[in-house]
Amino acid sequence: MQVLTTITLPARLSYLHAFIDFVTSCSRNQGFNQKKIHEIELAAEEALVNIFNYAYEGKNGDVKIICKIDNDENLILEIIDTGIPFDVLSVKDPDIASDISERCTGGLGVFLMKSLMDAVDYKREGNRNILTLIVKKSTNDI
Amino acid sequence: MDIQSRKENNILVLTVTGRMDAVTAPVFEKCLAEFIAQGEHLFVINFRDLEYISSAGLRSILAAAKLLRNKNGEIIFAGLTGAVEDVFKISGFHSIFKVFETEEKALKKI
Repeated sequence: MQVLTTITLPARLSYLHAFIDFVTSCSRNQGFNQKKIHEIELAAEEALVNIFNYAYEGKNGDVKIICKIDNDENLILEIIDTGIPFDVLSVKDPDIASDISERCTGGLGVFLMKSLMDAVDYKREGNRNILTLIVKKSTNDI
Repeated sequence: MDIQSRKENNILVLTVTGRMDAVTAPVFEKCLAEFIAQGEHLFVINFRDLEYISSAGLRSILAAAKLLRNKNGEIIFAGLTGAVEDVFKISGFHSIFKVFETEEKALKKI
């Protein structure tokens, strides 16, 4: 496992584009194609916006993203906050078959994140929430 | 994100360019809500040049669709590509909205 680069910024929506630019650059450096890069950006956005909205309960806090590659050159993004414990994987999937009037939008972002990534892992270590997004290096995506 | 609008008979065509994310989706939602408040009720949304949409964008679309349900209105989509098309499919939006390959096809079907 090799750490390539990290970023730490305040957990606020006004920093979303700076975080996403970082994720885009990590993904591009690993040679992923444009469609895959958009999918990685989307998963990161959904994770970040959840943290911005809920982790610090209105107080100030930071988010750190660590960009790593493993020995098989799979891309690993660790998204870390020190807010309240929150296992994003416990969010119930939305009913994607329901029509407009019944359609509830809660859980859609987490569902997209889980669908687009090869693996998503959550752990609480001390006072930190660590969400790991894993993108396998497949020949279809480069 | 940039939104261009034009009228084709009684249909409002919106062409959205760029990225619809948690920062820009509220702008799109407000734009649609204003058109609906002005009495527009038939929309063709051309996403040919939209390169990215997140769940915030999907929520803004759903909010507008809910506003239109009591007004006998409709939103249909055209020109989805790449990651935007994938997101529509994964989230089930492909089955709750009509989606056409091109704006011309969408205008004939609305």
